[in-house]
Amino acid sequence: MPHLELRDVRAGYGALEVLRGVSLAVDRGEVVALVGPSGSGKSTVLRVLMGLTPLSAGQVSIDGRPVDFRSRGELRALRDRMAIVFQQYNLFQNMTVMGNVTLAPLRIKRWPRAEVEAEARALLAKVGLAGREDAYPDELSGGQQQRVAIARALALRPEILLLDEVTSALDPELVNEVLDTIRTLAAEGMTMLIVSHEMGFVREIADRVVMMDAGEVIEAGPPAEILDNPRTERARRFFGKVLRH
Amino acid sequence: MDRILAQLPRFLSADNLVLLAEAAGMTLALTAVGCGIGFGLAFLLVYLRQSPGRWALPLRLLCIAYVEVFRRIPFLVVTYLVLFFIQAVASNASLFTIAVVAICIHATAYTAEIVRGGLESVPRQQIEAAQAMNIGRLRTTVLIVLPQAWPVIVPPAIAYAVSFIKDTSLVSQIGVFELTFRAKELNNQGFSGILAYGAIALVYFVISFPLSLLGQHLEKRLATSRAERRARRLRRA
Ligand SMILES: Nc1ncnc2c1ncn2[C@@H]1O[C@H](COP(=O)(O)OP(=O)(O)O)[C@@H](O)[C@H]1O
Ligand SMILES: [Mg+2]
Repeated sequence: MPHLELRDVRAGYGALEVLRGVSLAVDRGEVVALVGPSGSGKSTVLRVLMGLTPLSAGQVSIDGRPVDFRSRGELRALRDRMAIVFQQYNLFQNMTVMGNVTLAPLRIKRWPRAEVEAEARALLAKVGLAGREDAYPDELSGGQQQRVAIARALALRPEILLLDEVTSALDPELVNEVLDTIRTLAAEGMTMLIVSHEMGFVREIADRVVMMDAGEVIEAGPPAEILDNPRTERARRFFGKVLRH
Repeated sequence: MDRILAQLPRFLSADNLVLLAEAAGMTLALTAVGCGIGFGLAFLLVYLRQSPGRWALPLRLLCIAYVEVFRRIPFLVVTYLVLFFIQAVASNASLFTIAVVAICIHATAYTAEIVRGGLESVPRQQIEAAQAMNIGRLRTTVLIVLPQAWPVIVPPAIAYAVSFIKDTSLVSQIGVFELTFRAKELNNQGFSGILAYGAIALVYFVISFPLSLLGQHLEKRLATSRAERRARRLRRA
């Protein structure tokens, strides 16, 4: 049974339908990369999973149990198990790095302060931000903010981690650090759905690749199969473009 | 002119000056208490207005209606309505209370728009990040939105309160012992109208001007606090 499953999910913003029947599944401990042209609806898939964009049809299931997003209790329970790193990081601008990372563990999870702060420091060190605990987001580069957002998500100890373009703002030498972190998490059994347009990264990290275009899933399979031998014309065109540059 | 000069020593008698100072104190108190409470209520109103969900629709409409209605009724009319309404239900209410209630009603409607503008200036993405972490709406507002909205809200709110000092003169119409009422009385006692109203004009200016300077100072400080913090940190490093 998949850990996380979307079946025929439709969703959009107002009159604009962005997801037109998306189905995909992620097994426990599996790393699935979501790829596709910009505007194809990848971020919207993650937003639907977090309960930030309502779905108009279809179903999301966790451990085979359908989620009712309109139920406050179920939404709470879902968000308790899942964490997201947004494409735009979405850090709290009025809080320090440490404040961002520890806010929810302290106030929502109510874990002991000493433990939370020690873990936050360890996580920040792991993503190369040791010593920047007291900085404010607007004092950091885009790549640094992105790593704070990763630490903030990991501090919640999620079962399922959603990552939106997490390597887009990273310096090349840091991509490896973040990659290592993700690999370690995968080895520890964390389930991950990763949006990325960096095919090198996808090939390294993903167990499976799901390709979207115009709100639909076009292809899904192991990286080697999808990246090297795309079956559909649309996928061939997309990978042709991405891989050329 | 000669009459005014002749009246001047008597006008500036200690008794008169004390009465003027008391009236000025009343004007300030009306503004501070009325706008202060009104400001607090404006927060509550905006918070309720932003309630999500279908069940909260009547509440949202009510909040919108309140703001739209009371922004379009002259303050003097609100004052009379409050006067007659309160006298109908509680005949022993003081004029001060009645005036403060009227000011609250008016100030709530006006500052609600200032508060809403401030809260909405905080990027929605941060609120979504909080939602994704199960941080509730009240907590998100207090811990994340308000600290960032403050610099946007405070300067126009102070400017509103300072300019409202002038408008409190309207409550003299129901007999509250504030500056304008005092001037009317002095005039009735035989003092020249130029002297009486000239004096309170000066007092209005003298209490408003420093407060608007304070507001401007605060505005600058709020705008630069982050930059200053950064400079301090760089100097330390
Ligand atoms: N908040 C929003 N309001 C309206 N339209 C949006 C919003 N977010 C995304 N869209 C639109 O939805 C479509 C898909 O967006 P998105 O899911 O962000 O795609 P991707 O992440 O694959 O680039 C785009 O056409 C985008 O303009
Ligand atoms: Mg996106």
